[in-house]
Amino acid sequence: MIHSLFLVNASGDIFLEKHWKSVVSRSVCDYFFEAQERATEPENVPPVIPTPHHYLISVLRHRIYFVAVIQSEVPPLFVIEFLHRVVDTFQDYFGVCTEAAIKDNVVVVYELLEEMLDNGFPLATESNILKELIKPPTILRTMVNTITGSTNVGEQLPTGQLSVVPWRRTGVKYTNNEAYFDVVEEIDAIIDKSGSTITAEIQGVIDACVKLTGMPDLTLSFMNPRLLDDVSFHPCVRFKRWEAERILSFIPPDGNFRLLSYHVSSQNLVAIPVYVKHNITFREGSSQGRFDLTLGPKQTMGKAVESVLVSSQLPRGVLNANLNPSQGTYTFDPVTKMLSWDVGKINPQKLPSLKGTMSLQAGASKPDENPSINIQFKIQQMAISGCTQAGQTL
Amino acid sequence: MRNMSTAVLYNDQGGAEAAVEAGQESTPTTSSSGAAFGLFSTDFKKNEDLKEMLESNKESLKLEAMKRVVGLIAKGKNSSELFPAVVKNVASKNIELKKLVYVYLVRYAEEQQDLALLSISTFQRALKDPNQFIRASALRVLSSIRVPIIVPIMMLAIKEAAADLSPYVRKTSAHAIQKLYSLDPEQKEQLIEVIEKLLKDKSTLVAGSVVMAFEEVCPDRIDLIHKNYRKLCNLLVDVEEWGQVVIISMLTRYARTQFTSPWKEGAIFDENNDKTFYESDSEEKKEQTEAKPYIMDPDHRLLLRNTKPLLQSRNTAVVMSVAQLYWHLAPKHEVNIVTKSLVRLLRSHREVQYIVLQNIATMSIQRKGMFEPYMKSFYVRSTDATHIKTLKLEILTNLANEANISTILREFQTYVKSQDKAFAAATIQAIGRCATNISEVTDTCLNGLVLLLSNRDETVVAESVVVIKKLLQTQPTQHSEIIKHMAKLFDNITVPMARASILWLMGEYCERVPKIAPDVLRKMAKTFTAEEDIVKLQTVNLAAKLYLTNSKQTKLLTQYILNLGKYDQNYDIRDRTRFIRQLIVPNEKSGALNKYARRILLAPKPAPVLESAFKDRDRFQLGTLSHSLNVKAAGYQELSDWPAVAPDQSVRNVEVIEPVKEWAPLVGKTKKSKSEDKFYSDDEDEKEEEGSESSGSEDSSSSSSSDEGLFLSLFRDCGGLFRVSLQVTTPSFGPVKTYELLHHMTGKGLSAKYHFPRQPCLYQPSMVAVQVILTNSSDHSLEEIHIGDRSPASLNIHCFNTIERLEPEASVTVSMGIDFSDSTQAANFQLCTKEDQFSVSIQPAVGELLMPSTMTEEDFSKEQGKLLGMNETSATITMATANTSSQAIGKQVLSVANVGVVSSSQNNVHRFAGRTVSSGAVVLVSLEQKESCAALLTINTEKSVMASMLLRDLKQALAQA
Repeated sequence: MIHSLFLVNASGDIFLEKHWKSVVSRSVCDYFFEAQERATEPENVPPVIPTPHHYLISVLRHRIYFVAVIQSEVPPLFVIEFLHRVVDTFQDYFGVCTEAAIKDNVVVVYELLEEMLDNGFPLATESNILKELIKPPTILRTMVNTITGSTNVGEQLPTGQLSVVPWRRTGVKYTNNEAYFDVVEEIDAIIDKSGSTITAEIQGVIDACVKLTGMPDLTLSFMNPRLLDDVSFHPCVRFKRWEAERILSFIPPDGNFRLLSYHVSSQNLVAIPVYVKHNITFREGSSQGRFDLTLGPKQTMGKAVESVLVSSQLPRGVLNANLNPSQGTYTFDPVTKMLSWDVGKINPQKLPSLKGTMSLQAGASKPDENPSINIQFKIQQMAISGCTQAGQTL
Repeated sequence: MRNMSTAVLYNDQGGAEAAVEAGQESTPTTSSSGAAFGLFSTDFKKNEDLKEMLESNKESLKLEAMKRVVGLIAKGKNSSELFPAVVKNVASKNIELKKLVYVYLVRYAEEQQDLALLSISTFQRALKDPNQFIRASALRVLSSIRVPIIVPIMMLAIKEAAADLSPYVRKTSAHAIQKLYSLDPEQKEQLIEVIEKLLKDKSTLVAGSVVMAFEEVCPDRIDLIHKNYRKLCNLLVDVEEWGQVVIISMLTRYARTQFTSPWKEGAIFDENNDKTFYESDSEEKKEQTEAKPYIMDPDHRLLLRNTKPLLQSRNTAVVMSVAQLYWHLAPKHEVNIVTKSLVRLLRSHREVQYIVLQNIATMSIQRKGMFEPYMKSFYVRSTDATHIKTLKLEILTNLANEANISTILREFQTYVKSQDKAFAAATIQAIGRCATNISEVTDTCLNGLVLLLSNRDETVVAESVVVIKKLLQTQPTQHSEIIKHMAKLFDNITVPMARASILWLMGEYCERVPKIAPDVLRKMAKTFTAEEDIVKLQTVNLAAKLYLTNSKQTKLLTQYILNLGKYDQNYDIRDRTRFIRQLIVPNEKSGALNKYARRILLAPKPAPVLESAFKDRDRFQLGTLSHSLNVKAAGYQELSDWPAVAPDQSVRNVEVIEPVKEWAPLVGKTKKSKSEDKFYSDDEDEKEEEGSESSGSEDSSSSSSSDEGLFLSLFRDCGGLFRVSLQVTTPSFGPVKTYELLHHMTGKGLSAKYHFPRQPCLYQPSMVAVQVILTNSSDHSLEEIHIGDRSPASLNIHCFNTIERLEPEASVTVSMGIDFSDSTQAANFQLCTKEDQFSVSIQPAVGELLMPSTMTEEDFSKEQGKLLGMNETSATITMATANTSSQAIGKQVLSVANVGVVSSSQNNVHRFAGRTVSSGAVVLVSLEQKESCAALLTINTEKSVMASMLLRDLKQALAQA
């Protein structure tokens, strides 16, 4: 299965390597660098690259390439999914997954990788088990360790690995028993220039933070479970019960985890809570263009639209933009031609707008296409899909 | 001299020790000031001070040193010279230090084989540790050390671990199998035996790993799967996610060899031609009912049913593998259930999207209907990476049909304007494909593409020209307008491929544009020397074609161009020029070819077919690396075609009761020698051979000497079980087999075993006596052990009296009576303690439902005479040579059935008589020996079902040595 792993940073240096079978020379990464050079953007490096004797499967996250070396047939998704799981684990352990964090914690990283794979086959990937084996570094623990000479490696052996619920460790105790559930929904929509929605879909997740003593068995029911027709679960959820009664029944892992994620597809009508009025024109012959953008809220049920961020890739001919935002700040990068406008909160009484002119390269002909605009925003305490929780029991 | 040198050595060492001590004292100060001098201290004498630190006797210094060493390994720097210093710490008490040493050892053992051997004994010791995690980790490291000399040691360790009580250790041994196999493929046969044993394991922990080992070592030994097929299907949901992927892909291959096709003949191709999927589906169903009905094997259905819930896994690899399983195995109308899940994966990471889209692209060629409702999910977003965009484009093109083409083309119009020019070019190709596939829109597409010719971007124009060229070739009629238009644009187009395409078009259809073509040639003659090679070649072609059709106007031009070509720098062009000249210009030397020049050059050419790059990808199993690359990857296992006739289904039948032997060899050699003879005999032979072979004797000595230690550690591990098994082997019970009723893992510490004492039952004559041995292997006492509900409710059981209290490590033997009513149907009941209830079942072997009856030879023949015809079952059997003596025959028969021996006057005939316990029906067994090993086995009884079962059991017992 997975033979070796190389971590490559944005500037193309290998800063960590780990081998699970015999050592593969790092020169194998030259094929990867070739592909990297060919790709115009970092995202465009193909995830699967064949070389004469090996196959390279890579994922890019946090500007680090995780390149796995494979020698024989294996489902590529298997490797990709595992690599993402590695990144998630690092993030879980170090808070961030950056080159600096990995280099600082190289021993923990190595210990983790050693536990996660045996002979290239995943062994322990549950964060609860790993944390029992290797304690995540915290400032306090590092201090204590230096003074007392104790270590990060757990003294006890992981009992969870053997139980029927491998995701939960035994003997959990809390004085305050509490469980929190966050419902996070994202809409992903494409809207054409006249404002009509071409496609929109909702991706929702329920993240939970459960701090309960012992082996709690929870059930969670929904008011309108019919909405959730396409879901994926954490392994702790009992499939059968869901299929029969549409009730989530599970023994939760300890701490934070993603309970389920669901997908409401474009067939259902989705109301987009914001709208954009735009007027971007370029005149033939002159080296000027006009830029005018106004945002407004729509069907938000009285909730405020927050952390609005607008970004747009302007045409290559644009030299500079001289704009005037009614609120927030904007930046324009003349190299990548990326315009981004940090709007903040939308005030329904006074709609935010960005107006001004763009200067174009002299003599260049008028760009034949208007730029596409990406908008990100957040609304607290609102579920677009209308999914509501009916109750939960212990 | 020698003295001298040793003295010097001692001195040296003493010096080193002193230095270490000094180093220890000074380290804190140096490390605090070290930062300032980092430049020197880290690089200069790094290895020197590391060595000192490792050899110091302070744990913290060693640990610090190991951390730095691991840092070096991580950076890929060589630190192999520290090997001797590191390896000394392998037996450290500090867990973290030990782990880091393991990391180092695994990395460098291959390079320093001799030194690595020093560490082996530590692992051998740890393999016997009472703690299962220590055993497992010792095996992990031992098997990761790639040193060929220790192959026999590894083999032994694997065999032992495969029979370990802890499923975690067994899982580790499954991993070790693969490691040993890659180190020494010669061990294959022995490893297969271990795999076979581990495949029988019922633990979900082991299942994934052993199937992985199976796939690596012996993927073609499909026969090993038969007996475990149903178990694997049933365990699947509970196996950890990575194991699920491996098992599903193995079962896909298995199912393809064992079941018949659920697809109606030709159904695969129906799909493409039919308008919508749903229509064809109903048709298919109708036809199916009319034709010979296809009945799915229940095992096939079991697999499909048990994998379906996994579509909701959070692990994308699992979802993909279930999707491919359905694609390759499910009836066509059931494949649709995977669509939604696959579309959901498109919201995952970019790399996941890439692989999933590739698979959808392959699927969507064959089955548009599956993804058409989700068309909008494949709309391109401006934030997608280029390879994702092109894949989505591919899928949209595959999905295009008369109904949705206008929507798709409108979407494409937006894409063409994209700033990502590579993507825009791909879109134009996609438009071309839509135009050829759907004849209604060909003209619209062509017009759209012609409009693009005036686009400002060169790549867009070039791509349009190339696509238009292909389109015109498929429909050359009345498109001279477009050709004219392209000729006009010719001056402005600079991309060589596009210029070449236009020139080719001119030449090919020069008769449709008789005025323009010579003019284009004239222009080309002017710029010929400055053109790219590909354009030059097409210019020569154009000249030749025009010369043949319109020589009056173009003769001079052609000759001029041919002359230019003759002196070109590129030999391809010179060659082409020479060839064309000979072909078209008649002279005295030119032969017969000249006459055919026109037919050669202006032959009608078949139109290129615009088809998907994913057209033939379905030759690979979906979801595989090979599919992703469209190249057969190393180690790819072909998916076989469905067999025309299904192989025997009964191979998958498993008897419900697994004998207790499962873990037997570990319990020690005393036991093996007796009751295990049959099962593991081959195994043991080989072990002995191996022991004698490995003359190094390191392993053989260690294994023999360690037996006792092993015993002790096991004793601690499995508590009561050990004692029970000794009891079984005591001869007072005769040839009795013990079966497991309740395992102490499932019984929360309570374990139960049972056997048939073959004594008449005290409670009721119609009952079979059963002895149950209850053992408490938990750490607290169990109370009120008794028997609860039973099923079927009418089941007549004489229960044992409630056991008030069973202390830890204690065991008790109780007797029960069960009336099986002369059937082998299992008796199910509940074994209860104060807190818990466990459902258990006792299934009797048919031989246990009998009791011996004594009769004379005369009586025997008389009774036999009454039971002829329907009541007689007989078969010719082959016996093992060891069983030919009358004593051996008696022993084997009695081991199977509780019957009495009837003294016989004939030497070659053996007779046994018995009665069924419940109804008292007579059962007569007679065995007539023919020459050497063949024999005629006859059973006379009115219970014909029992007769055939008994016959089978006897046949099996006698065939075994």
